[in-house]
Amino acid sequence: MIETRNFRILRTIVLTILSLWVAIPLFVVVSTSLKPLKDVSGLFQWIPREITASPYLDIWTTVPLAKYFQNSLIITVCATACSVTVAVLAAYAIARLQFKGKRAFSLTVLSTQMFPGILFLLPLYLIFTQIRNMTGLQLQGSYLGLIITYMTFTLPFAIWMLSGYFASIPKELEEASMIDGTGRMGALFRVILPVAKPGIIAVAVYSFISAWGEVLFASVLTNESTKTLSLGLKAYASESDVFWNQLMAASVVVSLPVLIGFILVQKHLVAGLSSGAVK
Amino acid sequence: MSHSALDSGPAAAGSPAAVDPEPGQKRAASTPPVRKRLRSFLPYGLILPAAILELLIHIGPMLLGIWIAFISLTQLNLTNWLNAPFVGLQNFINGLNPDSTIGQAFFSTVGRTLGYTILVVGFSWVLGMAGAVFLSSNFRGRALLRTFFLVPYALPAYVGTIAWAFMFNQRDGAVNQILVDTLHLFGDERPFWLLGQNSFGAMVIVNVWQLWPFAFLMLMAALQNVPTDVYEAAAIDGATLWQQFRRITLPMVRPANGVLLMVMSLWTFNQFNVPFVLFGATSPKEATLISPLIYQNSFGSWNFGLGGAMSVLLLIALFIASAFYIRMVLPKGADND
Repeated sequence: MIETRNFRILRTIVLTILSLWVAIPLFVVVSTSLKPLKDVSGLFQWIPREITASPYLDIWTTVPLAKYFQNSLIITVCATACSVTVAVLAAYAIARLQFKGKRAFSLTVLSTQMFPGILFLLPLYLIFTQIRNMTGLQLQGSYLGLIITYMTFTLPFAIWMLSGYFASIPKELEEASMIDGTGRMGALFRVILPVAKPGIIAVAVYSFISAWGEVLFASVLTNESTKTLSLGLKAYASESDVFWNQLMAASVVVSLPVLIGFILVQKHLVAGLSSGAVK
Repeated sequence: MSHSALDSGPAAAGSPAAVDPEPGQKRAASTPPVRKRLRSFLPYGLILPAAILELLIHIGPMLLGIWIAFISLTQLNLTNWLNAPFVGLQNFINGLNPDSTIGQAFFSTVGRTLGYTILVVGFSWVLGMAGAVFLSSNFRGRALLRTFFLVPYALPAYVGTIAWAFMFNQRDGAVNQILVDTLHLFGDERPFWLLGQNSFGAMVIVNVWQLWPFAFLMLMAALQNVPTDVYEAAAIDGATLWQQFRRITLPMVRPANGVLLMVMSLWTFNQFNVPFVLFGATSPKEATLISPLIYQNSFGSWNFGLGGAMSVLLLIALFIASAFYIRMVLPKGADND
């Protein structure tokens, strides 16, 4: 719009309100994470009376946070890596090749993306039970079980985003490479993948973020030794005392990896999302 | 600007794909038969891993989910579910009868979830639009604000919800401190926000806080396609800011809106994380949504048949909704076919 004076005044007001709306909960988290426990209960103080780093040190001993961190990391990285690898191949076929059943395949991918985890939770639980009965392979509470269930939402998303991204790369690029004798697969690996790298990274980060925040499957399919962060944080609050300062410190620590990743790729993410889903 | 990743690459040099009408046909004559046959298998080879996974994680479980709705599955036969007795429509009759208590709870939950979806999506859209409109003009600090507005979206969902749960704390939370102690609303009474009537509103606020950046992101991408000289021409003709918004901005984002609203609605309708972290495994009855209700029936009261019957109804509803979604998305995807 045109920057008249009114526009500027309105802009300042609206952006200030939106900034406060975003900032207040974030401020509460950070400020609480720096308070000693005695200052956390009682009326909320916006400015800490006393600043201490001890919550950040105590979080590791109150709760086995490092273990939960490790569990989340293993499950999330594996689910993301598997999804992106499988999705790159399928997305390339959807974006570039003609084949029978292509429409059915894309429709399946697109629609399953819209279904909630709750529809798959019980059936997958039963399938895992049956596998254990038949082969003795314990999938409940295993990394593998969670990785598989996390792919229910990372895979369709990755396929859909990447096929949109690949489709937006000019065909001439691969044709030039194929005339040079690389063949389809050579063109994919030597030409398309390097060009699409920002999009692939954005999709990977996005899958990582959604898996890192997953609660539903983790609440049913983990056990004590494979518990992820999303459930592990509850332990700060499960006793008669709620260690709010430690819970907030742990929240900060848990959020940092995804926030940093997100900020690094957010430009590509916007491009990927808008070319893949909404355009 | 956001498309720089695509536009600035070597890719941008070529013109769109119109040059090559049918790559397969053109080279067919000069390709030896063996290579040709290999190439016709190539697409299937490429989608094979994805197709197998789709079958394992989506199609199979979905069919099994439908089967569960027609068997009597309880805590007792859970580990031996293959032998659970077939009961036909009994689960639907028992559980979803509008005259029964459970049935009434189910249908009021569906209604509540629809209302929740409309509120959350509506507020998120309005906030996202406001952010997108005012960040579409250039000024100092714009890039910083843009990234900052996206933070609630990038944060793990449970972290944002935990922060709000702390703020909604009845005794000493920040919300009551502002409303009761500073603004002296509600007299001396400190309302409960996570119990009873108020819990629904609290849940809406938390979800809007997490969702609006997505609307902001998508609407901002859509607004980048609006040429500034259209606004200039309108301003010269004396159009007010509101008229510019109504007559230029809104029509220009309409194509993006369809899919955006659809996606946000489906996510919100299926919401599980926010209530689960805010209230625990059992939501207050005034704030129970459909996904948590199915969860409570299945893993709370071990009534899997009922959970299954509700899942089937949800599945049907989502199939219809995604058919609409696909119709909106596929005109773009259709040129791949």
